Parts: sequence; structure tokens; C-alpha cells
Amino acid sequence: MRDLLTGSRIRERRQIAGLRQAELARQVGISASYLNLIEHNRRRIGGKLLVDIAGALAVEPSVLTQGIEATLISALREAAADAVGQQAEIETLEEFAGRFPGWSGVLAQMHRRVVSLERTVATLSDRLTHDPHLAASMHEVLSTAAAIRSTAAILADPQDIDAEWQDRFHQNLHQDAERLADSSKALVTYLDESDTAKDPRGAPLEEVEVFLEARGYSFPELDAGQGADVIDLGGLNTSAARNLAGEWLRQSEADAKAMPLDALKTTLADGDPNPLELARRFSVDLPTVFRRLAGLPEGVLSRPVGLVICDGSGSILFLKPVPGLSLPRHGEACPHWPLFSALNRPLVPIRRQVAQQGRAAAMFECHAYAWPHGVSGYEQEPSYRAAMLIRPLVDAEPNAETTRVGPSCRICPSGDCGSRREPSILSEGF
Amino acid sequence: MSRKVLLIEDEPNIAEAIRFLLTREGWQVETHGDGADALQVIQGAQPDLVILDVMLPGKSGMDILRDLRALDDMKDLPVLMLTARGQSRDREMAENAGVSRFMTKPFSNAEVLTAVRDLHAQATQL
Repeated sequence: MRDLLTGSRIRERRQIAGLRQAELARQVGISASYLNLIEHNRRRIGGKLLVDIAGALAVEPSVLTQGIEATLISALREAAADAVGQQAEIETLEEFAGRFPGWSGVLAQMHRRVVSLERTVATLSDRLTHDPHLAASMHEVLSTAAAIRSTAAILADPQDIDAEWQDRFHQNLHQDAERLADSSKALVTYLDESDTAKDPRGAPLEEVEVFLEARGYSFPELDAGQGADVIDLGGLNTSAARNLAGEWLRQSEADAKAMPLDALKTTLADGDPNPLELARRFSVDLPTVFRRLAGLPEGVLSRPVGLVICDGSGSILFLKPVPGLSLPRHGEACPHWPLFSALNRPLVPIRRQVAQQGRAAAMFECHAYAWPHGVSGYEQEPSYRAAMLIRPLVDAEPNAETTRVGPSCRICPSGDCGSRREPSILSEGF
Repeated sequence: MSRKVLLIEDEPNIAEAIRFLLTREGWQVETHGDGADALQVIQGAQPDLVILDVMLPGKSGMDILRDLRALDDMKDLPVLMLTARGQSRDREMAENAGVSRFMTKPFSNAEVLTAVRDLHAQATQL
């Protein structure tokens, strides 16, 4: 049945495109009168002619044969109905969907997502009110607890109670205890299940790190002189994560141009990389050297290289770990890391040997540097970012110059620390 | 003079415990376990005080309270409300509906007794 309307759709699309019948007919190499028959559904159409007409009208052939999906139309209708303060042109909805099928799809998808997110937000912000099952379970548990408490208190009361009443209350108590066991079990099961059903994806930054880690933090495409846009961002689910990854890749593209792989390899053949020396030789700033070293393909450097970048608040914006590094991703990091010292001395390159204390004892060589990130305006203080390059040191012993850093304060064994934020839970002499 | 309390609570064991406690205190206790006809039961019993659970089968305690306060002769009846949800929103809702006192489960017997004594003392002073 649908086929019968292909002609009508062609007519409609042609009118939308502002083409005259004769014009379209000429473009696809048929007579205007034949096109007229097609448009009035008096001639069947298919094959190459259909593809040609679709091409001339700049639509997918399926738009002409199947029309626009009813679900898309209804989704758009809902979006229009839910819009606050916006008056959508409902009467031209089909035309809109036909003309911009991609955009309509995006709009419909966004609307569905908004609806589902609104539901999630409402549920999470007031689960007891919006989650009838949880509210009922809680009520059951608390009511039973209330009954047990009252009954037990009566029995525990030194005042005399009739033996008959006493028996009755003992029985009630037993009943309620059984009920409480069942209802609390049911509640836990419910909470467990609803937790696993939640979206396991984390913040966009973490999504990007997972993506970069899967690629080994290195992009041969960029070293081969290709642009960042050739890299497939598949696997990144949110647009925020795609934006962040795109930004990182464009930066990496610029870094790769400024420090080409071949020249870098030649320089690095002389020995261990010295970031300051590299910055001078390639006429780049230290952050570029840091990023470039951290993004080199495996095997170019003899030791793994980690990189941490933070903003002025110390929040970590990027983290490429190295074996043994125990730097918490969210807050609670030890302020003795050179990364944070650099924030106090912007534009001063810092090099430190660092001994990580506690259970995860390890030695690292760190280079850190803080620089103004963008200029906000005249007479305005810039915001700073700091980066730290980390390379593990094997068989090194801490000396007087070594900076000692801990894990988070709670499990840090360091006794005399002026930066301690909270007492350690470890006993003395750990 | 006999004091009468009407307990509207669908949890039989809570009702039994409270009935025992208040009877020992000298109250005449009547219980009712359904929300739907609670309003008629209150009107019929003419109690000195009502203890009302929020979550009842048939009709919520909040709605019962609202309907009750709409009646001219029930505006001053002391109502002690019991709820399993201690959220401020519930408390606020109950206060707007005209509750005299609000108590969250699981309460202690002493709390219930104190609340009932206080409410009765306030009501008889008026």
C-alpha cells in the first residue's frame, strides 16, 4: 500500500525543494508528462529512476518510498507539546521531518533523553516519594520495627503484666521479628537490584581516560601527519566526552607538529629525555614537551611516562598513570606532590625525586610546571594549570633531597607533616 | 471523667501495644484499621484524641486529616500523626493539614505517652 503514495511524496518533496515539474523531469532525463503521471501515483516507480529523483531532491530514496516514520512524527509532536514558552509550527511538522530527517531524529532523541533524565532526577532526588516500591518497603520495615519496639518495651517494663497479656505480646514479638527479617531482606534485594540497573558510566573526563588508555595514549595517525579529525571517537558515549577527547586530540596534533616523531627520536637516542633541553631544542613550552613525551608510542622511551594535569584548585583534569603511582583521582591528594608545589611557583620548572610513602612505596622522578592557561582580559589574573611528568625510578634510595609524598591523609604514616588534613587511622610506628 | 482515644492504625501489633499502654494509663481505647471510612468512624466515636497513621489502606492519613479539619466541630480535636517517613516534606504537609503533633516510627512508648498526655492537657486547658 505504501508504494502507492511514492508519487505523492515525490510531488511534495519537489514542491518543498521549489522545483518545477519540468525542471525535475529534465534533471532525471524523463518527460514532464511522465513525471506528472508518477506524481499522481498513476505509474509505478522504482530502481534507478527513483534513486535519481531522490538524488535530485537531495533526500534518501527511503524517504520517498516509506515516508517518514510515524514514531518520529509522534516523538516530535510530544517534544512540541512539552516545550515551554515555544510555539512549534505543528502544521508543518511533516514537512520539517521530511526536509531535515537528521535534525528531526536528533530532536526526537533529545526529547526522549530529556524525559528519561527528568524521570531519573525526580526519582533520585526524592526516592521515597517517587519510588512507591521503596516507600512501601520502608514503611513495612519501620512499622514492624515500631511494633517490636513498643511490644518489647512493654515486656521489659518492671510493672506487672497479666500472664495472658504477656503471652500475647511474646507471640506478637515473635511474629514481628519474622516479618522484619523478611521485609528487610526484601528491601536489601530491591536496593541491590536498582543499583546494578543504574548507568555505570562515570564522568566525561573518566570516559575520555578510558578511551585514551585503550589507545595506549598514543596516536600513530597524528605522528603520520594526519589531522585529529580522522581519529574514530567510537566508544565515547556522551557528547561532553567526545568534545573533551576532540580537544585533547587537536592539542596532540599541534604537539606532534611542533615536535615531529623522527626528530624527537633522534634527540632521544642521546639518552634520557631532559624536558628543558627538549623545550629549547624544539622551541616549545614545557607543557608541550610533557604532553608529547606522555603520548609517545611504546618503545620510544625506555621507562614508562605518566602525566598529571590539574587546574588552580588542584582538581585533576588529566591522568595518565604509571605503574606504582597512587594518586587519587578525586580530591584528597597529598599536597607534597610537585604538581601542587608548581602551582605555588608558576613558570618555575621543578624537578624532584619523589618517594611515595606507605603500603605503595615507590620512587619517581617528577618534572612539574605551572603556566597561565589562557588570558582572561586586561587587568585580570590568569587562571593557572599545572602539569607533572612522572617516571618510575627503579632501585633508587631516598636521600635528604627526596620529597616524601603520602597517599590520602587517613592512611598516611608520615608523623611530622605540616600539611596533614586529618589524623591518620594507622597506629603509631607503622 | 472517662477519656477516649481513637487509634487509626492498620498494623495490628502496634495497635495492640498502644492500646495496652493507654488502657493502663486510664484511657478508653478504640481502634480502627482502615482509611476509607475513618472519617465516619471518628465522627461516630467522638473521641477526645485521635492517633492517626499516615499510610493506611483505602485513604491516606493526610487526606483524612484534611477532611477532618474541614468539619466545623472537628477543628480543635487533638490529632497525633504517626509516619514511617520523617522527611521534612511530610512534616510540613501534616502541619499544613492541621496536625497537632507529629511522630515518626519507630517511636518509643514513652514518646507516645508523653505526646498523648501533652495533647490532652492542652486540649482540656482551652
